[in-house]
Amino acid sequence: MPISFDISPRSAAARDHFHAMAADHMRPLARKYDEEEHALPSEWVDWYWRIGRFAQPGGEGASDGFVQVCIQAEELCWGDAGLYLRTPFAGLGGSAVAAAGTPEQKQKYLAVFGDRSAEPAWGAMAITEPGAGSDSAAIETTATLDGDDYVLNGTKIFCTGGEGAATSPAGFVVVWATVDKSAGRGGIKAFVVPSGTPGMSIVGLERKLGIRASDTATLRFENCRVPRANLLGAEKVKRDDADAKQTGDKGFKGAMATFDASRPLVAAMAVGVGRAALDCVKEELAKSGVAPRYDAPPTELTAIERDLAEMEAELQAARLLTWRAAAMMNRRLPNNLEASMAKAKAGAAVTKITQKAVELLGPLGYSKKLLVEKWMRDAKINDIYEGTQQINLLIVARRILDYSSAMLR
Amino acid sequence: MIDFTPSEEQALVVDTVRQFAEKELRPLARKCEEARALPDDALARAHELGLVASALPAAFGGGGERSAITAALVAEELAWGDLALALAVLSPALGALPLADFGSEAQQRALLPRFLGERFAPGALAVAEPRIGSDAFRPATTARRDGSDYCLDGAKCLVPWLPGGEHVLVTASEAGAAQLFVVPRNAAGLIAAPDAVMGVSALPLVDLTLRGVRVPADARLAAFDVRRLVARGRTALAACGVGVARAAFEVARDYAKEREAFGSKIAQKQAIAFLLANMAIEIDGARLLTWEAAWTLDQGGDALREATLAWNQVKRIALDAADAAVQVLGGHGYIRDYLPELHLRNARGLSAFECIAYL
Repeated sequence: MPISFDISPRSAAARDHFHAMAADHMRPLARKYDEEEHALPSEWVDWYWRIGRFAQPGGEGASDGFVQVCIQAEELCWGDAGLYLRTPFAGLGGSAVAAAGTPEQKQKYLAVFGDRSAEPAWGAMAITEPGAGSDSAAIETTATLDGDDYVLNGTKIFCTGGEGAATSPAGFVVVWATVDKSAGRGGIKAFVVPSGTPGMSIVGLERKLGIRASDTATLRFENCRVPRANLLGAEKVKRDDADAKQTGDKGFKGAMATFDASRPLVAAMAVGVGRAALDCVKEELAKSGVAPRYDAPPTELTAIERDLAEMEAELQAARLLTWRAAAMMNRRLPNNLEASMAKAKAGAAVTKITQKAVELLGPLGYSKKLLVEKWMRDAKINDIYEGTQQINLLIVARRILDYSSAMLR
Repeated sequence: MIDFTPSEEQALVVDTVRQFAEKELRPLARKCEEARALPDDALARAHELGLVASALPAAFGGGGERSAITAALVAEELAWGDLALALAVLSPALGALPLADFGSEAQQRALLPRFLGERFAPGALAVAEPRIGSDAFRPATTARRDGSDYCLDGAKCLVPWLPGGEHVLVTASEAGAAQLFVVPRNAAGLIAAPDAVMGVSALPLVDLTLRGVRVPADARLAAFDVRRLVARGRTALAACGVGVARAAFEVARDYAKEREAFGSKIAQKQAIAFLLANMAIEIDGARLLTWEAAWTLDQGGDALREATLAWNQVKRIALDAADAAVQVLGGHGYIRDYLPELHLRNARGLSAFECIAYL
């Protein structure tokens, strides 16, 4: 397979399908659920659950695999990133079950997402704690074996989709907890906690700068008891990294490996928000007769054209870095470096692009008459969640320097 | 299907060119820069690799394998070795490929074979002009029809002028539209004066003055399309710029892993490590933009937008990378015993050059 930028017909059909979905079903609700924070966007959730998730994009031939997944996410987040995050999906919790779960666990937790008779369901992942953000190894939530159960105690914050996952009948939260603090990373394990499990409660929902349609929950676990069978991956505690590597431990490393798949996806979501803003700027400028030129006399090129060209290049660089990380997954190549490059670039690029979009549109950009000011608020989260820009730069730096985490802290 | 892995054949070509750049170009870069001279032996060996000949039409003895993507891969590797030497090695493309793109069969038959001979034959393409706002689309140099001739007047600059060349391709406006002409180097009224610039000193560059230069009407390339010329020129230059940026990045990375300060390698300090990480990300992003422009060219599409985005991005990130490399090396970055100061001077040239490389 050579270097190719040719989107397969199947991916192109999927792109058009999800673009129409975004334009018809998300955009009209974007402002409403930016303002009605914490309200369930029931028009979108119900439509998606009844119809949207079963609608087939069509198209023939091979797909672009993970690149197609990125293209779809970009389209939906072009529609609205907050609503996208509030969509009844298996989410990152589902990704963890899919990556590390047994066939029984997958059937038990994931089947609902293809079940026509079920109520809307959400999956979520709970890693971050008040004292452990980017430094996930510092997790303090404990899981103690008691008979045939694990007993969870601790508090998780910034859990995206946490309200849906903890309250929908078939929802579940994948909770990261340590079974042995003295073992450091090796002691960190993931547990599936089904909604309604006694001891799991929603303490609060965050009030945020943007993506306000997304339910970002604080979850408390007080003597929350789950069967031993709800542990994802190996139960044995690995004492060091070498030991973990040898035995294919899916504990802490498992969590980190899911980032290699989720970071390109988040980068694609970021690109969708950035594109929404850039498209809008171009449309508004076109009304004033301004269109970007690539053959303009250098002395006549306006500042706005220069800004637009830079925004276009930055967005496309972010998109291509994202697609590259995803294309490597198609080839089953390790993409830890490329996933972090894509995430770092996309988060930073769309943060700048959306801020510039508000600036270029002047008073109109700052006004709530348009969605551009919202996209600027929405975009910033991409520079933070799923690993901040700084954490991703740290990962990139370690990779390009061939340094361990001990050598570059 | 979207993919970013070079084909096996491309990987082989890249490997060969990388070794050539590492063994034949990089070790000579500093010496040639200081001496303001090209290494004839290295040019001869580059010619043997057939890097330009492989892209020329098979009908005239070329390889018939024109690929902008492959050419971009090659240009990056050569420029990683040294920008001046890369532009010299690739100079035959300046003379031959626009002929292949826009020339008549008669023009091709007359002029292409010299690029396919046993000896290295440089080409020259004159697009940039010595004025603020030099504009490839609207040359200030004019072409006026006079009987069976064209009469050319104006000035060009930054034209590669390697010894042994016979022609130069010159853009000029005829009734407001850009045209391309084949002009013999010894044409009456054509004056070439060596120019010195802040970088790429090994590459002989000239200012051209055209005073009533007469060429026959059939010296015009009838199928000329200035958008395509500029798109190809910008893509080629972008690929070279990625090579310069990567070279600067690697020097900075390797130095940072060696240099100690306050008890650790400076690469272990986030201030340096993040600088390097950002360089690596920007270089990869710019390379992908360049590949997209090259791929669009290979599909036969109008690639001006893609080429311009890539060129704009590369101009910026190559300068940033070279500047960062100078900074990482500190005082050592400023002295000519190390390469970053050369990278910085070369990277600055990217914004002045126009169609100084072509693919």
